[in-house]
Amino acid sequence: MAQAFEGQPSVELVLGMGTGEPKVPLERTEFVRADQTYSILNRIVRATRVDTVVHTFLVTNSSSVTRRALHEVNVIGTLNLLAAAGAAGTSVRHVVVKSSTHVYGSSPRDPAWFDEGAHRNAPVTTQLERSLLEVESLVDDFAEDNPHVAVTVLRFANVLGSDIVTPISTDLRRRLLPAIAGYDPLVQFVEEDDVVRSLEHVTLNRIAGRFNVAGAGKLPWSEVAHLAGAHLLPLSPIAPRLTCAPLLRLARLELPAELEALARYGRGVDTSRLLQTGFSYRYTTAGTVRSFARANNLRRSVGEGPVYRYERDLEQFFRHSRAVTREGE
Amino acid sequence: MSTTYDATVASVTHSVPQAGDGDDAPRPTHPRQTTRSRPGAGADAPVRADAVDLASTQPAAPSSAGRPVNAGPGVTRGGTTGRTTSSASLPVPVPPTGPAAADAPRLSDVDEWGRSERVRSLARRLYDPVYRYWFRVEWEGLERIPRTGGALLVANHAGAIPPDAPVIMHGIERELGRPVYGLADSFFRTVPVVGTLWSRTGGVPAHPDNAYRLLHDRQELALVFPEGTKGPSKRYADRYRLRRFGRGGFVEIAMRAGVPVIPIAVVGAEEAMPVLFRSYHLARALRLPYFPVTANMLAFGPLLGAVTYFPAKLRLRVLEPVTFDVEPGLERYSKSRVMDEAEQVRSRLQDALHDVLRERRSVVFG
Repeated sequence: MAQAFEGQPSVELVLGMGTGEPKVPLERTEFVRADQTYSILNRIVRATRVDTVVHTFLVTNSSSVTRRALHEVNVIGTLNLLAAAGAAGTSVRHVVVKSSTHVYGSSPRDPAWFDEGAHRNAPVTTQLERSLLEVESLVDDFAEDNPHVAVTVLRFANVLGSDIVTPISTDLRRRLLPAIAGYDPLVQFVEEDDVVRSLEHVTLNRIAGRFNVAGAGKLPWSEVAHLAGAHLLPLSPIAPRLTCAPLLRLARLELPAELEALARYGRGVDTSRLLQTGFSYRYTTAGTVRSFARANNLRRSVGEGPVYRYERDLEQFFRHSRAVTREGE
Repeated sequence: MSTTYDATVASVTHSVPQAGDGDDAPRPTHPRQTTRSRPGAGADAPVRADAVDLASTQPAAPSSAGRPVNAGPGVTRGGTTGRTTSSASLPVPVPPTGPAAADAPRLSDVDEWGRSERVRSLARRLYDPVYRYWFRVEWEGLERIPRTGGALLVANHAGAIPPDAPVIMHGIERELGRPVYGLADSFFRTVPVVGTLWSRTGGVPAHPDNAYRLLHDRQELALVFPEGTKGPSKRYADRYRLRRFGRGGFVEIAMRAGVPVIPIAVVGAEEAMPVLFRSYHLARALRLPYFPVTANMLAFGPLLGAVTYFPAKLRLRVLEPVTFDVEPGLERYSKSRVMDEAEQVRSRLQDALHDVLRERRSVVFG
C-alpha cells in the first residue's frame, strides 16, 4: 500500500504505522511503530497534520489472533484512530477504512448479490463479525459527527494473492480445502493487487461512501479447490468444526468460525457501485484463483522468495545521512 | 489531490504492482499508512517533497533509462535494491487497466446463479420421461408466455413434494426453449446435496433482490408460488383451495421490474402426492417446514412412498398476462393496490382451477 502511494507524486508524505516492522522495501515512507491499539496515533496526526488516514489494520480472519486481541485491534484500534481523526482542529479530511464482506454474513435467506445497503440476514454468531460490525457502526457514527470528513468504507471479499496469508490460502497451499459435505456454495475472491489498487483509487480520488470490492463472477467452492490444484476435504454437515477439529488440526488446516457459514451458503456482493466510480479490476474471481495457483506453483518449485528485512539504522542512514548523495540535488 | 504533475507522473510512478510481476513483487503488507497530499503546487516542505521535486526537475526520464533514477531519498548513487532500480528506470507508465483476466479459464460451467448447463441437461434428460409418460402433461395457452422479455409466472402449489415446479420449469423450456428460474423457499438451501442440486438445475432462493435482477436486469422468466409452503402442506381435504397469497410480494416485484404476471393453473399435482395429515412435532424435531404423511407412503411404504408420485394427469392452463399500469423501479408501491392486485390474481387462478376441474372426468386419465 505504502509502495503504491510512494509512486504518486501528488502524495507528499507517506507515513506508515504498524505493530511490526515493514515487510517490503519502502523508499519514502516514514515508518512508526505502534502498539496494538495504535494509541499513539493521536499525537502523530497532530504533529504531522496529515489529511488522509488509511485504516487497513482490521483483522478479518479470526484464526490469526486470539479473541481478546481481535477486540483490541479492531474495535479499540479503530476507536483510537477515529478519535485521532476527529479531534478538535484536526487536519484530517479523509478516512478510508478497509472492512470485509463478512459484515453481510452468510445464510440461506441471503440474496444472490448483496448491495451496499443490504441488511444482513444471518444472526451474528462469530466474534469476528461482531467486531467488524462494531467497527462499521463506529465509522458510521464518526461520519455523522464529522460531516466535513470524507469517509470511505471498502468491504473486501475474501482476499487471495501470492503474498497474503489467509485461512483459505493456507488450506490451498496444503492442497486440501475443507468443505462441508453436500454443500457447494458460490464464493467470490479479490486479488491483493486489486485490494491495493482500490484503496489507492478511493484515496487519491477522495471518493467517499461504502463500496463492495470483489472480483467479477462467482466460483463454486469445489472449483476453487480444483483451480488451485487442491482436493476437497468433506466435513460432516452437522457441527463440522466441532466434529472435525482433530482432523483439521492434524492436517494443519484452517476453517475459522466465520468461514463455516460461508462454506455452506456462500456469498455474493454487487460491485457495481465501485465500478461506477471509475475503478476497474485486474482480476476476476476465477482470475484471482488462477493467479494464486500460478504463484503457488512457483513457490512450490523455488521456495519462498528473498525476504526483506527492515533494518532501522540502515534506513536511517540512507534517508538522512549527509554522506548519501541524492539524484536531482 | 494535486494534478499539477500528472504529465510527469509516468517517470516516477512505478510502485503500483503490475499484473505481470505478481509473482515476485513484494506486496505491501503495512497495517496502516497515513498520507498527506500536497496542498497545491508550492513546495512548502522541501524534505518531504522529494518525489515531487524530482518529477518536476527530471521530466526527461527516458533519457536516464540506463541510470537508476530514484524517487526516494533512501537510495545511493549507482543503484540499490533490484526492484526499485529496474522499475524506476523503466519509463513505462502504469497501463490503463482493462478486463485483463476477464476470461480466465474455468473448470466447471457453474454460472453466478449456481446453474450448470451440464447438470441441467442431464436432469432434463432424466426427467423428460416422467414429464411425458408419468404425468402426461398437457398445456393450454402456452402462447401467452412471451418468447422474449421478463415475466413472472405465478402458479398454485400442491402435493407434499410439489411436482408442479419441475413440470412448469421443464415444460416451458421443452415447449418454448426458454429457461425458467424457479424461486424457491430458502429451506432448500439448508438441505445438503438437495440444495446444491436445486441450485445447479436452475433454482434460485426466493428473495426480492434475486427476482428483480432476474426479471428486470436479465429479462428472464421466473416462477414463483405465492402460497409458499402453505400450499403443499395443506391436506387433501383442502385440495384446489388456494391459500393466502403471502403479502402480495410477487405483485410488488413485478411492478418494480415492469414485467407482467402470468398466472398458471395446475391441476393434478394435488392428487399426485396427497397429504393425509401433518405431524407438527416431527417437523419441529427435523427442522422441516412441515412433515406430511401422504397416501403414497401408505401405498408404497414410507421410503419409496416419499419419492413416488401417483400417476395423476397434469393439466396446466396459462391465463391471460396481468400488466400493472404503474411506474416501474420505485422503492415502494401502495400497499392497498398491491394487495388488491394480488387478490385479483388469486381469484382468477381459483376460477381457472374450478374451470379445469369442471372439465376433468378422471384423475388419472384427465
